[in-house]
Amino acid sequence: MITVNRYVCGYCGACVGVCPVCALELVEAWLEVSDGCIECGRCVKLCPTGALSLEEAQG
Amino acid sequence: MRCDVVVVGAGPGGSMAAKTAAERGLKVVLMEKRQEIGDPVRCAEGVSKSRLSSMIKPDPRWIAAEVKGARLYAPDGSSIVMSEDKSGDEVGYVLERKIFDRALAMDAARAGAKVMVKTRALDLIRTDGAVKGVRAMRYGEVIDIEADVVIGADGVESKVGRWAGIDTSLKPGDIEVCAQFLLYDKNIDNEYCEFFLGNELAPGGYVWSFPKGEHLANVGLGVIGSRSEPGAPVKLLRRFVEKRMPEARIVEMVVGGVPVSGPIERTIADGVMLVGDAARQSDPITGGGILNAMEAGIIAGEVVSEAVSSGDTGVEGLMAYEKRWRESIGKQIARHLDLKEFFIRLSDEDLNNLMHSIQSEDVSKMDLRGMLRVLIRLNPKMLWELRHLVM
Repeated sequence: MITVNRYVCGYCGACVGVCPVCALELVEAWLEVSDGCIECGRCVKLCPTGALSLEEAQG
Repeated sequence: MRCDVVVVGAGPGGSMAAKTAAERGLKVVLMEKRQEIGDPVRCAEGVSKSRLSSMIKPDPRWIAAEVKGARLYAPDGSSIVMSEDKSGDEVGYVLERKIFDRALAMDAARAGAKVMVKTRALDLIRTDGAVKGVRAMRYGEVIDIEADVVIGADGVESKVGRWAGIDTSLKPGDIEVCAQFLLYDKNIDNEYCEFFLGNELAPGGYVWSFPKGEHLANVGLGVIGSRSEPGAPVKLLRRFVEKRMPEARIVEMVVGGVPVSGPIERTIADGVMLVGDAARQSDPITGGGILNAMEAGIIAGEVVSEAVSSGDTGVEGLMAYEKRWRESIGKQIARHLDLKEFFIRLSDEDLNNLMHSIQSEDVSKMDLRGMLRVLIRLNPKMLWELRHLVM
């Protein structure tokens, strides 16, 4: 799953623009990741601040 | 709520579209998901004086600085100087976007548009398959804004096009990921923009310094997404500033993504138009998007007023927008896409050689096309595949 380090995120929306399945949404300073995320990691690679990471789902 | 046109996003493209349509008597809603228009900024804020002035009367309140020209540096430090009137679209005025964007939205409001902040588009409303407005969340409540046409001016993170069936998603090679500091440094030249090329500095992009007066400057860089890695733009910018401007005081940080995909296949659908970064109308070489967005916004506002008046808000009725923007800003965007695709493949040695070849020429009066023509003449083997761009 994609996790957002909200202390690092610069809420620029670059990740939203590159998401191939429209699973990300930027709401003011808050980035939401929907269940539609296919975990392709494109947003992680392109984040200018390194706020996103792709982690194994728990449990 | 019912209107003729709802514009999603109150950046320069959206505000100009809303203003133009409202001036022509349409009932317009301009919605912005943020609570403050123009903030946070995601821009280097440079524009050409002449082109901006052709669309709006410059106001000292939103001009941070005026510059005389630009200096372009090769990776080895060799440089050329371009004069202000020929340096392309990115120098002349350095804006204060927080004030500029708000002023454009206020102009739209003065023309009659209803501006709604903290209002975020959730989806398009459809009736019998046809787009009939936008479902939005405003202060936590879902509301329907019914309209004959939706103009998506929702920036790099645009959803309006995708909801309408236009694939605007950007591949890694279609986006420059950027970081920028507004900083104070006593060594900043207040009169010249500066551009630093080099694959170590900014892979597939460049470093810029745009003065904002009194030794303040926007110093930033963009990295082509296909060669970036998590957090790279911020790390590279810190490295650049620490090395080149060790005494700089950073007072603001900006990050963002700039579409450099070039023109997308279509920017209209039944009842939908895309404008600005949402339509991927930013310049693939410079990354500049403000003026293209404004120009597209004006065209969109004019076309939508005719379409609503004639009662044809389908693809046919909106087709004039598609044709007009491709005939104007579209040609340059397409040319610059070819340039970008070529230049991001060059090595630092190639860039040094190109700079050395042109240093003995008088480039002060050349525009980008003129300089390219000279570069091709001087480096025919390396630049042969670009010759169609200057014919």
